[in-house]
Amino acid sequence: MALDERPDDGDWQVAGRSFTSRLIVGTGKYKDFAQNAAAVAASGAEIVTVAVRRVNISDPKQPMLMDFIDPAKITYLPNTAGCFTAEEAIRTLRLAREAGGWTLVKLEVLGEARTLYPDMVETLRATEILAKEGFEPMVYCADDPIAAKRLEEAGAVAIMPLGAPIGSGLGLQNEVMIRIMVEQSKVPVLVDAGVGTASDASVAMELGCDGVLMNTAIAEAKDPVMMARAMKLAVESGRLAYRAGRMGKRRYADPSSPLAGLI
Amino acid sequence: MEQHETISIRINGQHRRVPKGISIADLALELGLEPTRVAVERNLEIVPRSTLDEVRVEDGDDYEIVTFVGGG
Repeated sequence: MALDERPDDGDWQVAGRSFTSRLIVGTGKYKDFAQNAAAVAASGAEIVTVAVRRVNISDPKQPMLMDFIDPAKITYLPNTAGCFTAEEAIRTLRLAREAGGWTLVKLEVLGEARTLYPDMVETLRATEILAKEGFEPMVYCADDPIAAKRLEEAGAVAIMPLGAPIGSGLGLQNEVMIRIMVEQSKVPVLVDAGVGTASDASVAMELGCDGVLMNTAIAEAKDPVMMARAMKLAVESGRLAYRAGRMGKRRYADPSSPLAGLI
Repeated sequence: MEQHETISIRINGQHRRVPKGISIADLALELGLEPTRVAVERNLEIVPRSTLDEVRVEDGDDYEIVTFVGGG
């Protein structure tokens, strides 16, 4: 969403829901649920992504995510990570809706295992079907402004381009395209995937993104809880810098002290 | 006829024998699951949570029972 179209700069809205934190965090790859819950608390995130998987019928008493992160307090955003066709993704989200009653979901349809790059043909097809079934899909997508427009027309409630391959931690490789997508979109744009450290999150926010989603950057840090706090601050400071409007760039020096009155 | 007749079903890819005539909610409880935390698909069709008490398990049924787990 372009800056001048935003009603206010406190909360942000997606599909009619209002959130204060612009950081969404994943719940995978943590040492245990307790560490995961502590990282979510330190990140200030109000939304977490979750996966939908078979229950373990041989050991049903093992701890569950919901015992540690309360879905009544933190919005669960069911994700279709691991799905490679529109049908798999739709089936997963229908089950997710039954498991919790959510219509706000994250769609991702992957093209191949090596890059986990999205398959935009399948993604667009799934978005159309999900929107018709009453879902509100936030959609993981390529850094492709034309595909993003198509997704928006098909009913995506948020556009979520990757900044770099999922789990790579390489930082944003495509700042120009992400900025163009931010400028053209009428729905929120969130960088999803590729962030490695705090400055990467700030870069995404300084481009004008409405938020950032990350998992590995926090979960695989040596101290995940401390990194979660770093990401919270990075997202906030990036957002403030975007709103403040950065200075223009010059090719040469420009002194900060007056030239007049030199002795 | 046996006193406790059982039927054969598949749950998450595993074969199980369960008492004839039980409901899906009973099946979940027998498996040690909290019915309010799972979603059930029966022969590729979702069983609405509100009907888990009413729908009876039939011989040869194929179930997927899922829940939310950690993920990115």
